[in-house]
Amino acid sequence: MPQHFPPNTNAFVRWAILGGGAFVVALLVALPIFARTMNNAVGVPVAQPIDFAHNLHSAQLGIDCRYCHTTVEVAASANVPASETCMTCHSQVRVGSPQLEALWTSWENDQAVRWNRVHDMPDYVYFNHSAHITNGVGCSTCHGLVDQMDGIWKTEPMTMGWCMECHRAPERFLRPRSEVFNMAYRPPSDQLVLGSELVAAYHIDTDVLIQCSVCHR
Amino acid sequence: MNDAHERATDRSDPLVQGERLDLASIRARLERERGEGFWRSLDEIAETHEFQEFMRKEFPRQAAPLESSLDRRAFLKLLGASMALAGLAACARPPAPREQIVPYVRQPEEITPGKPLFFATAVVEGGYAEGVLAESHQGRPTRVEGNPDHPASLGAIAPTVSATVLSLYDPDRSQSVLERGSARTWEQYVAALREALEASSDGSGVRLLTETITSPTVGQQLRRLLEAYPNARWHQWDPLRSDAPLAGARSAYGEDLVPVYDLGAADVVLSLDADFTNRGPGRLRYARDFARRRRVRSAEDDMNRLWQVESTPSPTGSLADHRLPLAPADIAALAGYLATEFGVAGAPSTGLPERVPEAWAEALIDDLREHAGRSLVIAGLDQTPAVHALAYALNEALGNAGETVRFVASPEAAPTVQADDLADLSAAMQAGDVHTLMIIGANPAYTAPAALRFDEAMALVERSFHLGQGFDETAALATWHAPQAHVLETWGDARAFDGTVTLTQPLFSPFYGGRSELELFAALLGEARTNPYDVIRDAWRARVEGDFDAFWQRTLYRGVVDDSASSERSPTLQPLSGLELPPDAELVLHVVPDPSLADGRHANNGWLQELPRPFTKLTWDNAAILAPATAQALGVSKEDRLAITTTEGEVTLPVWVQPGQAPGVISAWLGYGRRAAGRVGNGVGVDLAPVRSLAGPVTRVSGATRARGRHRLATTQPHHNLDGTGERRHIVRAGTLAELRAEPDYPTFVHPVAHHESDIFPDWPYDSYQWGMVIDMTVCTGCNACVTACQSENNIPIVGKDQVLVGREMHWIRVDAYHHGGLDDPAFYHMPMACQHCEKAPCEPVCPVAATVHDSEGLNVMVYNRCVGTRYCANNCPYKVRRFNYLQYAELSTNASELSLANNPEVTVRSRGVMEKCTYCTQRINAARIQAGNEGRRIRDGEVVTACQSACPTEAIVFGDLADERSSVSQAKRSVLDFALLEELNTVPRTTYLARVSNPHPALDPNGGA
Repeated sequence: MPQHFPPNTNAFVRWAILGGGAFVVALLVALPIFARTMNNAVGVPVAQPIDFAHNLHSAQLGIDCRYCHTTVEVAASANVPASETCMTCHSQVRVGSPQLEALWTSWENDQAVRWNRVHDMPDYVYFNHSAHITNGVGCSTCHGLVDQMDGIWKTEPMTMGWCMECHRAPERFLRPRSEVFNMAYRPPSDQLVLGSELVAAYHIDTDVLIQCSVCHR
Repeated sequence: MNDAHERATDRSDPLVQGERLDLASIRARLERERGEGFWRSLDEIAETHEFQEFMRKEFPRQAAPLESSLDRRAFLKLLGASMALAGLAACARPPAPREQIVPYVRQPEEITPGKPLFFATAVVEGGYAEGVLAESHQGRPTRVEGNPDHPASLGAIAPTVSATVLSLYDPDRSQSVLERGSARTWEQYVAALREALEASSDGSGVRLLTETITSPTVGQQLRRLLEAYPNARWHQWDPLRSDAPLAGARSAYGEDLVPVYDLGAADVVLSLDADFTNRGPGRLRYARDFARRRRVRSAEDDMNRLWQVESTPSPTGSLADHRLPLAPADIAALAGYLATEFGVAGAPSTGLPERVPEAWAEALIDDLREHAGRSLVIAGLDQTPAVHALAYALNEALGNAGETVRFVASPEAAPTVQADDLADLSAAMQAGDVHTLMIIGANPAYTAPAALRFDEAMALVERSFHLGQGFDETAALATWHAPQAHVLETWGDARAFDGTVTLTQPLFSPFYGGRSELELFAALLGEARTNPYDVIRDAWRARVEGDFDAFWQRTLYRGVVDDSASSERSPTLQPLSGLELPPDAELVLHVVPDPSLADGRHANNGWLQELPRPFTKLTWDNAAILAPATAQALGVSKEDRLAITTTEGEVTLPVWVQPGQAPGVISAWLGYGRRAAGRVGNGVGVDLAPVRSLAGPVTRVSGATRARGRHRLATTQPHHNLDGTGERRHIVRAGTLAELRAEPDYPTFVHPVAHHESDIFPDWPYDSYQWGMVIDMTVCTGCNACVTACQSENNIPIVGKDQVLVGREMHWIRVDAYHHGGLDDPAFYHMPMACQHCEKAPCEPVCPVAATVHDSEGLNVMVYNRCVGTRYCANNCPYKVRRFNYLQYAELSTNASELSLANNPEVTVRSRGVMEKCTYCTQRINAARIQAGNEGRRIRDGEVVTACQSACPTEAIVFGDLADERSSVSQAKRSVLDFALLEELNTVPRTTYLARVSNPHPALDPNGGA
């Protein structure tokens, strides 16, 4: 049988195999990074109708998270505040500020402020804030140091793999219930010891945490 | 849909065309081979191709027919291109539209976003209230469940009531005020009506037609209106209400009384064609009381005995210990015979009807006599007033009056014999005596018998004003039409079967701008305050002594007005005279309200159209229901067309052959052939108006002949068959109380064959809750309450008639009806079937993507976002309970249709290509787990109630934690009657059944069915 290809074709094939392998490896490394950051808008501020500064309200003025996010301890969602909540202060404070125009319009015309969603779970995911608060997951564990932000953005990818990091080993992240709303809380050096104690104290059923049915219905 | 149907009917395909059943050979086969077995359908016995297709293949039609013809080359090109593009597309998620969060401006104090509120109110059907708890998600009603505090509900709910949330959002509801098709305002409507009233000054020539009114406030308004316009007249017409109980009471007691039964006190019940657990305003209460006296867990328990004679199989009758299919004339004659036997004065002297065996009648008489004072005779709604009078007299003779039956004043504002009332109105209209006609809620242009020519009469009326939820057949004929508010949208009040009043409260303001009749009448009375809220409050302020606000709070919270039940009367029986019993006829037509659509008012509700009706499992059609013997005599078979001529007119219906139907009786359902119901209900089935008579639901048939052509009926009967006959699998287990008492520890009928437990698969380790369910076949009536409740809770889509024909209905729970015995008079068994949550689940190991897995609390969970639609799981499921979304049945976008507002936000809406099945209401388990966790305790017994369980009128379904020995489900599982379905497969299902126990009279052979 006559030779169809010149000998240097072998080199081409060799390089193609090596290059292909490298490409696959690069893809395996790059895709998760991509999926967990840029594609999930981690660190990308989301524009809002009002340039609400969490750092001003939370860190500087010392307002508790729950002053606005009232339902976080009892319901699935953490509740974006009603215009009326803003008006408890802003009927007196910074009256007439152009930055608050959307709020005035809302209040006077009885029309809601339409905020842009920052943390958007797929529709088949049923996350519950109250269960996490009760079991010692701090606000900052998932939402980052919101009290330092002048806008609002995601600090975590909020992919299922990320959820499972905690659901597989909650002792790595839990804090005492009293510290849940403490934005300055830093985990102790013996977090795993403390975490394990908390898992026992809060009767957290770690078998249940990894079940599909806990989040998907 | 119609196009698709026409295209589909072109095919010469057994599923599309159907096959003609040979009844003679079915009868022969049944007698020869299957005398002992249980069977589900005639197709099963005939082993038709259609049945084989459903039986042998889990999914008879795997793929939807390709719409376009693609040649091989083009197909491969497209395949290659899509592979390449799919690879690219996978690199980035398509940018999802940014969702917005829209908080309140002023947040109502009681609303916690994400947590539903429940309002105690009532749904009014046929004028009578059934108490409900309506669930609201931030002002959006999504679901109704029974109100445990309401005497007509006790927590149960009927399928039509569960489905009311879908009707609430129905985009085909009327949305604007119209005068001869031109848009008007409500103010103009009221002004025109007032003008018409004032023009007549004393109300002469003014007529008002309503449905049955039990509302005290509306009744009061109408009385005042009639005082102001003394010559005006008020008529009532409601095809759901039967005149017979009232007319019977008038002749027996001379008063407007209605009976209220205490089935909890009755040891022996004789039902003369009464489907008391399923029809009439007290149905749910009667079902519960009856079931509580029937439930057997061990040999020590007692149970009541039900004797039933009926023309067509009913859910109640299927529980009977002795059931006899009889034509209406024979039922009346039996009532007369019994009355004579018990010495009722003035009873018509009829002999024992030929079709009633003497031994049967003797045993019945003995049984009634032996339990005098603790027995009960109930006459059915379709029986004549004479039969009701006889039943009342029998109860008096047996000493049951005041014990198991008591009489109260009719809860209706103005009890009348409505057939006469409608005839009067129609005659007055024909005579030209009516110039102004108000029609509130009723739809006489569709529901009145055609012989009355109500539509022609309406044309003779100068001005007609219609207030109704839909722009229906009557609205189209009326001069003026205004949309009426749904009961969940407005304030009102209504009475239940025993007179108990519920204040009905709105969950939101009228979605399509409907108005309440309270508002209309208040405006006509010239009242200053016409808002329904003010009207109701003012009316009740005048009725209540003491602190009104406390009354208001308490009443709205509980959903019933305290001590409002009608007081008991003790009437004296008058001597009966002149009772006329219906003459014997060779063939009669019996018109029955449809089990789902009622009189057609629910025709545009897809959930109810697709709900497989009890026994026939028919969807999307009505039919002429014939006994096998009658069908053979007429030379017709299933799906032939039968032209039926009565004294009133003629109608052509497809034939359904129903074992257990009385020979000589054609039963047919009302509520079909709607012309102006909406996009779902228009043109479905056949309108029976041409053959209906005001004289009663039963008319003599003068001719019945086979008509040309055949009509395909979409029945789910042959679908999802467990092959109980091929090898004897003992699917249904049934025995008698005597058999149970003979073997109290291990009854043979519960365990006919011993099975070896498999140890191939290891047991799952558990250290938490273990959910499980028990279904009691002794009290399941097959009423479908669970099916609709599940549909509402779990966002289950409907698929349409074409898809039902190929076996793609999506219900997570179905009720299999089994027959045992001969073709003419089989015994019936109902087996609700949902995912059994097997411990060793056959579906789990075959899923290539682990989309169906076992969870740590024993649930077999289905993960939609993992499912790729291989359908291996469904193929491997011996119970055939998995459902696949072949097409995009559910509305994925919340903006697509108003109907998506009825969705439960706690349950994922599934998309095409995804498998789904019963989840044991995992969303409710999760809600309870989170609530219990937040409160630092375990979930209590009874805290998780599945949707099917909460709806069940007879409490046949028990759910709970098997790890807790004291839980009610654990107690039920310890019953000696507990068995696992297909236990020989060692799937170890978590849902188990309690064998059916019956209590036949010792004098009658328990196996002969009398």
